[in-house]
Amino acid sequence: MKKLLSLLLLAALPALAQVTVGEPWVRATVAQQQATGAFMTLTSTKGARLVAASSPAAGVVEVHEMKMIDDVMRMREISGLDLPAGQAVALKPGGYHLMLFQLKQPLNEGDNIPLTLEIEDAQKVRSQVVVNAPVKPLKSAAKQP
Amino acid sequence: MQRRLFITTLAALPLVAHAAPAFTGIDITGSAIGPDYKLSYSDGKPASLSDFKGKYVLLFFGFTQCPDVCPTALARAVEIKRLLGADGDKIKVVFVTVDPERDTGPLLAEYMRAFDPSFVAVRGTLEQTAKTAADFKIFYRKVKTGSSYSMDHTALTYVFDTNGKIRLALKHEQTAQQVVADLRQLMAPKTGFLKGLFK
Repeated sequence: MKKLLSLLLLAALPALAQVTVGEPWVRATVAQQQATGAFMTLTSTKGARLVAASSPAAGVVEVHEMKMIDDVMRMREISGLDLPAGQAVALKPGGYHLMLFQLKQPLNEGDNIPLTLEIEDAQKVRSQVVVNAPVKPLKSAAKQP
Repeated sequence: MQRRLFITTLAALPLVAHAAPAFTGIDITGSAIGPDYKLSYSDGKPASLSDFKGKYVLLFFGFTQCPDVCPTALARAVEIKRLLGADGDKIKVVFVTVDPERDTGPLLAEYMRAFDPSFVAVRGTLEQTAKTAADFKIFYRKVKTGSSYSMDHTALTYVFDTNGKIRLALKHEQTAQQVVADLRQLMAPKTGFLKGLFK
């Protein structure tokens, strides 16, 4: 059973794609660490795309993709992440994630980090999803939800 | 009938175990990796691999702005140490930063402490880092992406034995349990069939 954490759906017009956010979390940081990753599962009722994100906790938030090619880790910003209708898309260690840069302060376990996701539907209409992601310990393993 | 089958199976076991002493990791014993580095601990003191003679060293390269692979590898090291129980003290985890520009000594010290106070991080100048990576056959590259930069890097963990000799390369995908099985095999190599029987 997947536990769906609270989410606020802004602009929930029937015409817009509705995106459900499951099990969001952000990796804790230590003092002086300027960046970290945020993870979650996104499911959209209609075909849509995650095109941007922001957070009051970070100067910049980007959508990134991690790839392991011949045992070399590569991480890049991507222009967006497709959310096919009804299909759960995982942002998790070893794949996609949101990268939070220019952190305003260290993120401690137990904090909740607001994240605003910019979703664009097939008609290029944008809506926002606000999610509160709990901070999990830095040493959270990949399989941790 | 059942019983006879059981005995036959039992007798066959040590043979099978002996015949397949395979590691999940890649056995690279004898490879020209290293053999040592000259870097600094997070407090600035000189660091080399030979500081840990007598320990099994798990050495890997990464950077703290890595949201994903590096903390996962470190979390696996925590789990490996836990699974080893009393033998956990026989391993030493060493993290070499490939991003010394952002990974300052104090940041590295804090970062390692968040995983396990016994883990150490080492860093060098850009030149020392490049030389170490080349000596240890680690690929890394600074890549601009978005508003910042990332470090592509080889995500293998090396295992050195108690004499500081290279033994294994562990893939990122290898589980903590698989690594522990490999380490146990390094710590107590399987004895021959007869020896094993009469021990």
